[in-house]
Amino acid sequence: MKPPAIKGYNTSMFKRLLRLATSNRLALALTIFFGWLGGLAAILQAWILSRSIDGVFLAGQGLADVAGLLKFMLGIICLRALATWASERLASSLALRIKSDLRNRLVHHLAELNPAFTQNQKTGELTATALEGVEALEAYFSQYLPQLALATFIPLSILLLVFPLDPLTGLVFLFTAPLIPVFMWLIGKTAESVTQRQWHTLSQLSAYLLDVIQGLTTLKLLGQSLHQAGRIQKASDRYRDVTLSVLRITFLSALTLELLSTLSTAIVAVEIGLRLLYARMSFQQALFILVLAPDFYLPLRLLGLRFHAGMSGTSAARRIFEILDTPLPNSLCHCEEHLPSNDIVPVGQAIPLPGGDCHEPRKTSGSRTSSLPQIPLGQGNDKTGIRFEHVWHTYASRSLPAISDVSLDIPNGQVTALVGFSGAGKSTLAAMLLRFVEPDQGEIRVDGQLLGSICPDEWRQHLSWVPQMPSLFNGSLAENLRLAKPHASDAEIEDACQRADLLDFIRTLPLGLATPIGERGTRLSGGQAQRLALARAYLRDAPLLILDEPTSSLDPLQERRLLHSLHDLMNGRTTLLIAHRLNTVRQASGIIVLDSGRVAETGTHASLLKSGGIYASLVQAGALT
Amino acid sequence: MKTMSRLLHFILPVWRWLLLAVGLGALTIASSIALLATSAYLISAAALHPSIAELQVAIVGVRFFGLSRGVFRYLERLTSHETTFRLLGRLRVWFYGVLEPLAPARLGGERSGDLLSRFLADIETLENFYVRVLAPPLVALVILAGTGLFMAGFDVRLSALLLATLLLVGVGLTWLSLVLGRKPGQVLVEAKASLQADLVDGLQGLPDLLVYDGLPAYFGRLDASQTGLLQAQHRMAAISALQSALNQLLTGLGTWLVLVLGILLVSTGQLPGIYLAVIVLAAMASFEAVQGLPLAAQYLESNLQAARRLFAMADTPPAVLDIAGSQVKIGSADLTVEDLGFTYPGTSSDPPTLSDIHFELPVGKHIAILGVSGSGKSTLFQVLLRFWEMDAGEITLAGLDVHQFTQESVRQCFSVLPQNIYLFNTSLRENLLVADPAANPGQIGQALSTACLDEFVASLPQGLETLVGERGLQLSGGERQRLGLARLLLKHSPIYLLDEPTAQMDTLLEARIIRNLQTALQGHSLLWITQRLVGLEWMDEILVMQAGRISQRGTHAELIGVDGLYKQMWLAHNDLFALQDS
Repeated sequence: MKPPAIKGYNTSMFKRLLRLATSNRLALALTIFFGWLGGLAAILQAWILSRSIDGVFLAGQGLADVAGLLKFMLGIICLRALATWASERLASSLALRIKSDLRNRLVHHLAELNPAFTQNQKTGELTATALEGVEALEAYFSQYLPQLALATFIPLSILLLVFPLDPLTGLVFLFTAPLIPVFMWLIGKTAESVTQRQWHTLSQLSAYLLDVIQGLTTLKLLGQSLHQAGRIQKASDRYRDVTLSVLRITFLSALTLELLSTLSTAIVAVEIGLRLLYARMSFQQALFILVLAPDFYLPLRLLGLRFHAGMSGTSAARRIFEILDTPLPNSLCHCEEHLPSNDIVPVGQAIPLPGGDCHEPRKTSGSRTSSLPQIPLGQGNDKTGIRFEHVWHTYASRSLPAISDVSLDIPNGQVTALVGFSGAGKSTLAAMLLRFVEPDQGEIRVDGQLLGSICPDEWRQHLSWVPQMPSLFNGSLAENLRLAKPHASDAEIEDACQRADLLDFIRTLPLGLATPIGERGTRLSGGQAQRLALARAYLRDAPLLILDEPTSSLDPLQERRLLHSLHDLMNGRTTLLIAHRLNTVRQASGIIVLDSGRVAETGTHASLLKSGGIYASLVQAGALT
Repeated sequence: MKTMSRLLHFILPVWRWLLLAVGLGALTIASSIALLATSAYLISAAALHPSIAELQVAIVGVRFFGLSRGVFRYLERLTSHETTFRLLGRLRVWFYGVLEPLAPARLGGERSGDLLSRFLADIETLENFYVRVLAPPLVALVILAGTGLFMAGFDVRLSALLLATLLLVGVGLTWLSLVLGRKPGQVLVEAKASLQADLVDGLQGLPDLLVYDGLPAYFGRLDASQTGLLQAQHRMAAISALQSALNQLLTGLGTWLVLVLGILLVSTGQLPGIYLAVIVLAAMASFEAVQGLPLAAQYLESNLQAARRLFAMADTPPAVLDIAGSQVKIGSADLTVEDLGFTYPGTSSDPPTLSDIHFELPVGKHIAILGVSGSGKSTLFQVLLRFWEMDAGEITLAGLDVHQFTQESVRQCFSVLPQNIYLFNTSLRENLLVADPAANPGQIGQALSTACLDEFVASLPQGLETLVGERGLQLSGGERQRLGLARLLLKHSPIYLLDEPTAQMDTLLEARIIRNLQTALQGHSLLWITQRLVGLEWMDEILVMQAGRISQRGTHAELIGVDGLYKQMWLAHNDLFALQDS
């Protein structure tokens, strides 16, 4: 189920958030209803209170006379507590639901945005958005939004009751109440910029502190560590002074708000007291109104308290929607929807349908067995291999093309090496074969068939990839290896490890293949991680291999072993090798030299050396080690 | 309890501020109680239709309390923030003082970044300690005492009844929500951590997941950890709803009980009826003082946890201690190492990380240390720099045991290039000046050109004022390494320790830098760690390390003449190059 593309850019943040909440209308309505019920109970309680005090104080009644009223009041107190409970439970379950749905959408959208987007962002920031950013919406939906409704309903209910009873007090209420939202809006306007500035100063201070502490060893090495304490004190003092001078003004507006409600209560008290004195109203009426006065302002003051939750929720939502609004890359076809079908999606944020030259229409229901043509790669009649024809690509964030007018051949079953300085476009070409990036112009054909017509997921099943820095996931070594082949037997895994020269290392581990690795387990060295990626490639045993040759510093003995491993792996497979070292380049049957996104030379080691171009000068300068 | 008293110890110097803030906080709540009480008195008195003069005091009172609450609240917020900031400033300086002697040995190596930011978060958590933890119960105590006395003025039984219900909320409910919330609270923290780990996994590993079609399985895992978080949050929400409802119920019940007792007292003539509304409304308002306590207790919990972590760090003994009366002056930079042995505490000592290391480094000698990764080369530097205490053997400087000098003065002898260069988030220039705040442009230029960084800096529009970004990440690995090298050259300490200074550079640059260093370090002592067999010909001595021991030593010419690791590596090295001619 794909939501229709709705133009979400000009609708305000509030409306978008509200739409999320109305996906569960009933829960929201009930939350507000129970909150309002609590407010009505408070009014009733005030009435009983005034009625019984009046009876005892002026009519000389005893406990027995008001016992019925008091019992009724006890019931009301319990009802009020129950209403509070129900309203809070409903509000939090509504908020939890919205949060998890939103987080799901966010993560699925990030996954669909593909690595070209995520690799450009700070992982820490994206994680924080998906975790804390989404959490910040909890208070928005469970507190701020219901309170927004209650701050209208409860005072309005009280007003409707008080007006017929005592128009004068009604007028005091009526004129002071709107001042509160006005002041709040004023405070909010200044507070937003002030809080942001203050938060900025604080985060600067924290960043400075973290920088100093992380660099502590360096400072010690440079003999400067002891001078830092004084600097930290100074920075803290400066932060205090700046913040306090700001707060002196911010708090002033909060003072106004506070004053408005207490002063109004005082005005009401004096005003009814005086009329009572001249017998223009009854004591019970007066007491009832006096008890109601704080209750009248309470929802408005609570809204003020929760205003902050509303603001931080809005700013968190801004970033979340920004990610959700990032259009999916051009011409990425999908054979399966990763998006779960949930109630929220139809509310629809702008997730534009991929346009452009998508040859395979999107399917509406996810099914892995697609009726796509067989993946060629030497299986069909046409065995021309992979062919790039006048391919261009420019990254969204750059002005110059990363790849311009590239035409090249990667013959089946052979090793084709890409050579060039960093930034020459080698990784972009690999990313195109991995289908992380699609050509802006030009075509890539696989044995004559357009690569763009093959669904990326299908295509990727026929390739292995050995990146420079493979990702290690939280889990055991075996689980990390099985990523490449979920149902691989232990024997298969051991065999792959043997071939990748990883087995000796695994045997030194007490837990062997069950050793937990990743962020929360044993750390692998750069060389070990690379060999793990090789083992993954062996396990997958795919006809196409894309290999980014390891560059991390290895001693010559390790390096030689790794080369043997690589050599075996490439044997007989269609290989695109991003080469950094001469000895692997030598083994390639074809070499393509890239320079500033263009193909500068093609040939073999011998022919390129002879022609005396870029390749020959690279070799002579020793830039290929 | 111990953590609490240590934490309170930090408060001592700001106790005046604290007292002032608590006093103002109590006055704020007292104002709203008084506002309702005087208002109730006003209308009760007015109901008896006295002359207006008799009501004047009450009217003035109502007006005063109507104003005072806002003013007191304003002053209270200012003072409490002042207190907080003073407290926080002290905590920061104190914690830096704690960390300084612990770096780097006790700071957990590679993952220190995460660890340290957690500590900073802990310090910021303690920001709440005064406002949200310490102040509410103190304010509540003052209000409880005040209300108790006020009520006792009418009848002791009224006072006892109200105090009992106030305590039921303030102590009973607080305790209940603490007990109920403890376990789910821990589950919640763990569920969050596991979801975070899964999110980082997925975002960083997206390319691998896509290529190996691991997304469906990954989403399954993510769903599971999200469900875990949801369940924990549901449980916490249930507890918090229960707490709110009980809070509401007890407040209503307290008011109701005071009302019933008040009616009883009035009808039996023990309390003038005019005060009935006064006591009920005062009671109602007094609950504000205790309503925030369950929340304060939750903050207390997280504050104590944060403080416990910080204090645990503060209690960690440093890896190396200076002996009292250590000398500061070191005569010459002649270094000798004899039979040095070392094993990281807590790891297996078989084989030791370092054993039987001995060499002499008189001023001007150049030594290379060659070995495969994990052979103990970098550890040797750590021990030489007195970051770790040696287990056996002796290190001498100017003929004297290094234990006779302070660590600080020993480190003054060394110019060190560590493997991981840390750059501060400021300009290139500031990063260089850390080594020598008084360096002149000539010296800086010289250092840059030796480190082959002059062309790079010249190519930058902002030159040396260019910002390097967080941890220097705006620069490439090779640029960071060269900046580290330039910085080190400004330190001018006599013994140079370089840990794979060219690891992240291409061969061209490597050759240039080695040539430059050869010239620049003429006449200085040098210990150079490497695992690449480049530039070793000009070393006075090469030490080959294997499993923490020196397995071979000699010059390049000597070592390639005998069988051993050096020759093997040399052959492999040539092999790799020979491939091109086959």
